[in-house]
Amino acid sequence: MTSDPTGHAPAPARAAASTPDGFVPTGPRLLPGTPPRPAPRADRVERPSITATPDGPFIVRGDVEIVTPDGTPVPRDRRTVALCRCGTSTIAPWCDGSHKITGFRTER
Amino acid sequence: MTTTPVPDTTVLTQHPMTLPEARGPFTAALLTALRDGAPADHLADLARAAVAAAEDLVRDEDVQLGLFVLYELHHGGIAGVDDDREWDVDLLTARAVLEEAFEAVLRERVALPERPEPTADAVAAALFALTAEDGPPRLARFIARQATLEQVRELLVQRSIYTLKEADPHSWGIPRLSGRAKAALVEIQSDEYGGGRPQRMHSAIFARTVRAAGLDDAYGAYLDDVPAVTLASTNAMVLFGLHRRLRGALVGHLAAFEMTSSIPSRFHAEGFRRLGFDDDACWYFDEHVEADAVHEQIAGRDLAGGLVEGDPTLLDDVLFGAAACLAVDGWAGQHLLDSWTDGRSSLRDRS
Repeated sequence: MTSDPTGHAPAPARAAASTPDGFVPTGPRLLPGTPPRPAPRADRVERPSITATPDGPFIVRGDVEIVTPDGTPVPRDRRTVALCRCGTSTIAPWCDGSHKITGFRTER
Repeated sequence: MTTTPVPDTTVLTQHPMTLPEARGPFTAALLTALRDGAPADHLADLARAAVAAAEDLVRDEDVQLGLFVLYELHHGGIAGVDDDREWDVDLLTARAVLEEAFEAVLRERVALPERPEPTADAVAAALFALTAEDGPPRLARFIARQATLEQVRELLVQRSIYTLKEADPHSWGIPRLSGRAKAALVEIQSDEYGGGRPQRMHSAIFARTVRAAGLDDAYGAYLDDVPAVTLASTNAMVLFGLHRRLRGALVGHLAAFEMTSSIPSRFHAEGFRRLGFDDDACWYFDEHVEADAVHEQIAGRDLAGGLVEGDPTLLDDVLFGAAACLAVDGWAGQHLLDSWTDGRSSLRDRS
């Protein structure tokens, strides 16, 4: 290790500012003339998804607003939520596991 | 419908627990070695003797407390004990003696369900079926309808041993898994740990319930009051968590744990409200009704199912871990019900 009177390690050499597919890492721009950051690639944007679980709720991942019939957003405290599908939840629109008591089936 | 209470700014910062009282020859020697920073080369022999002397390892106070204390060296630590003791070879050797015997007892007593196909759907379905077989949650229904204030306080004391570090044993699984199963475990654990908001960590929300009941939320405050059968329930999780070999069992354990949580939590909330606890005190239970209805789906399909799809040789251990969870938690719950039915406290008699 080279000693540096300021106590800082020497700055590592920086790699090229962009990868072959045009992706530019975030962070301060070090080289003059670095191309501007391109728009996020479509295949890298997380799209919301809804999983219909067998005999269970809909699992919702991603940026989806859940609203009441009058359009009021339902407060959402977690990233991934389960929406009631059987109609017996006591905390609708969320699932509370009641489908397991009522024997709800999604396929027959 | 209740609204989620606004989190206060209290962040639950935990400190290493204090050393408990010894419960037999093994823990007497263990606690002395830890307290004095003394060599532990005689402990493996004492562990063998403790195992040989135990009539029922699951309910043996000396064995289960010994294992619990040794495990705590890997978690929050113990006040006055050098953190280096975590990797003291003599302590690890003694721990291995207890673990081997405990695992053997679990494997002997826990009945495995029929093997499903090694697909995510079939594994999830088998786990949901297994956890449904357990029948109605009798302890939770007792809490909802009949438990006295003194009894629900006992429940909190019993639960405090695990719940004030809720989710920690399963986190050992994260670096041992990959792909779909790993992402699923992290998704569940992130929610357990508050999604980046320390006030929302389940252990911190539980601490509010503990304080509302006039109890101490310091980790391990009630360790001396809690019997072996309760410690066995936490020890089983940590046993699975600390051994890569048992990662299938750890995953099965978590799946069964999540699958038997949301409905009992609803009953618990009912009981605590019946006894006059407010929304803030019941938040912990309300949170688990909603959270675990999500977690059980992720745990069944993506975590357990994903793990078995990736490595079908782990199927039997996933089933073992799930069945072991139902068994050990069932024994611990039964102890509370039996005690209360007989008009006794479920806590240890320390007189």
